[in-house]
Amino acid sequence: MRILIVEDDREAATYLVKALKEAGHSVEHAADGDDGAHAVETGSFDVVVMDRMLPRRDGLSIVQEMRGRGDQTPVLVLSALGQVDDRVDGLKAGGDDYLAKPYAITELLARVEALARRHRPGDVETSYRVGDLVLDRLSHTVTRAGEEIVLQPREFRLLEYLMKNAGQVVTRTMLLENVWDYHFDPQTNVIDVHMSRLRSKIDKGQDKPLLHTVRGAGYMVREAAK
Amino acid sequence: MTTPAPSAARPAPRSLGRRLAEAGAALRRLSRTTAVRLSLLYLVVFTAFSLFLVIVVTHDATRIMTRQIHEAIDADVEALQDQYRRGGLVRLVYALEDRSRRPDAGLFYVVDVAGNPIAGNVAELPPGALATDDTAPRSLDYMRFDGGKEIHHVALVRAFALDNGFRVLVGRDIGERERVRAVFRNAFRYVAVLMVVIAGLTWWFLSRRVLRRIDQVSAASRRIVDGDLSGRLPVSGSGDEFDRLAVGLNDMLERIGELMGGVKGVSDAIAHDLKTPLTRLRNRAELALAASDDDDETRRAALEATLEESNALIRTFDALLMISRVEAGRAFTAADPVDVREIAGEVAELYEPVAEDEGGAFTLVADGPVPVSGNRELIAQALTNLVDNALKHGRRDDHAPHVTLTVARAGGRALLSVADDGPGVDPADRQRIFERFARLEASRSTPGSGLGLALVAAVMRLHKGEITVEDAAPGLRIVLSLPVAE
Repeated sequence: MRILIVEDDREAATYLVKALKEAGHSVEHAADGDDGAHAVETGSFDVVVMDRMLPRRDGLSIVQEMRGRGDQTPVLVLSALGQVDDRVDGLKAGGDDYLAKPYAITELLARVEALARRHRPGDVETSYRVGDLVLDRLSHTVTRAGEEIVLQPREFRLLEYLMKNAGQVVTRTMLLENVWDYHFDPQTNVIDVHMSRLRSKIDKGQDKPLLHTVRGAGYMVREAAK
Repeated sequence: MTTPAPSAARPAPRSLGRRLAEAGAALRRLSRTTAVRLSLLYLVVFTAFSLFLVIVVTHDATRIMTRQIHEAIDADVEALQDQYRRGGLVRLVYALEDRSRRPDAGLFYVVDVAGNPIAGNVAELPPGALATDDTAPRSLDYMRFDGGKEIHHVALVRAFALDNGFRVLVGRDIGERERVRAVFRNAFRYVAVLMVVIAGLTWWFLSRRVLRRIDQVSAASRRIVDGDLSGRLPVSGSGDEFDRLAVGLNDMLERIGELMGGVKGVSDAIAHDLKTPLTRLRNRAELALAASDDDDETRRAALEATLEESNALIRTFDALLMISRVEAGRAFTAADPVDVREIAGEVAELYEPVAEDEGGAFTLVADGPVPVSGNRELIAQALTNLVDNALKHGRRDDHAPHVTLTVARAGGRALLSVADDGPGVDPADRQRIFERFARLEASRSTPGSGLGLALVAAVMRLHKGEITVEDAAPGLRIVLSLPVAE
């Protein structure tokens, strides 16, 4: 994937570039608002990571400009401001996702990959399949090896989100935001409890587990590694 | 060679220059005061007005008097010509002498063909004064006998010739007109002096009575700015505008003082509660550095612990920011009607598995929808904090808590209560638990930032709600009461 990072803090940017390159992406970096605006206009990227407060230009104004000329490249807005209203501002300006600083690098990687995937055409699939696990979005049924698994509505949405991002890491905050629509962090790790319940329904008695815990990052649905 | 002379001569002009500069600065300072400005404005406006009045009146009076003089001269000329026509030169001279003797007589003068004076009451005329034939009076300087002395006078005169070649001059002194003008000029002088006096009085009144009060207020506020936060503005007791202003500002200072006290308490708590994890963070980093090169396991464990500690710190900061943001209130003004039963349902669904996993139980008690005006996420966060607390602190020895979340409607209030069956909280501590970083001795060992309930309190204040803490016998019950939106 081609990723543009617009971030003025040199150390943070260096770290980000390194981490994204290690994850196998090709990365470009712009260090201020003017450079960033120029880069999004002339280059072609799969995802743009845009810091909100930049020297010379406000990051949100660049996103607004992009949307104004019909550029639909997914944008992840980074900001030191992380409250509900700041997030709303960022999304209103045309950002696709919003991540407050300080963030875990695994969180940022997971979100960048989810954004790129969301943008790919053919997003309107009616069913997801991972190995022998099939989720039908129209009939709201889940089967594993042809056998139906009964899920609660919330468990269904949880699995749906995980399968939509199959093969990608999904963090706990991403699950809270997308499945529960909560943008705060409950003190207890409620997500882990829900995941273990889901896992017991999906993977129990199966010799090839599909729901994996990614240490220090989150969860992933994928076929067992070779 | 020494040069004592110039250096000795210099101080005098320099100190004079400095004195002038100081005087100038003092004057500039003075001119910036409202009292001086208002007084000067008053002086200028009223002086200009009186000057205008005096000029107009003087001008009009002079014009009228000049016209009267003209008419008198014309009348004299006509009368004398009439006398000459009737009785010749002799009659003219008689009439002229007669008129010259009257009180406040005009000027009369007759000369023969050669220019020798025949009759008149003028001592000396400038040469050629009678040479013209005037149709209208003109101005003329002359000398006149007054009590045996020759005095310089100015007159308006008209000269004409008789048919025998003699010439006659008739005129009127304009001294009276000048005296009237002088009266007006004097009047203006008195008025001007009066203006200055009144301006001075204005300045005195303003600076003494009015601006002195303002100066007192500025001085008091400067003292407060300089650090005397207990200082208050002077109140004279007269109940005037200044007193009302001072009382208002004093109330404000009082409120700020209270808030400052609160902030100080919080910052002390922050300093303490953030320094502890920062110290742990530091210790762990030191541990990782001190580990020997081949001891990867120790290093890894230390780094993981460091990360964990950082995350906890970030959560604490987020919570603090969230509380202050909610308290500022401006971020969430656009409140929509939300159903608290629905919010409670979601929170129950989120926590029920958690309670069960720990061996406890979770019960939701709710009927129909209860709409309130507010922010869904904030109310949800308040509820999750309460449930979280109930799960953490409701534990008694090995007995996991049974948490009950109830949604009810009483009168115009939506009541959301979270109860556990744990050890409860001592009545003396029940209000303190909502303070930032308030962690009771009993709960020091359980994890938590001590900010959860502070956020609940902030959210309730924002939503005009109330919090009551009750004894659930056994356990603790916290009830949130919000106004129902219809």
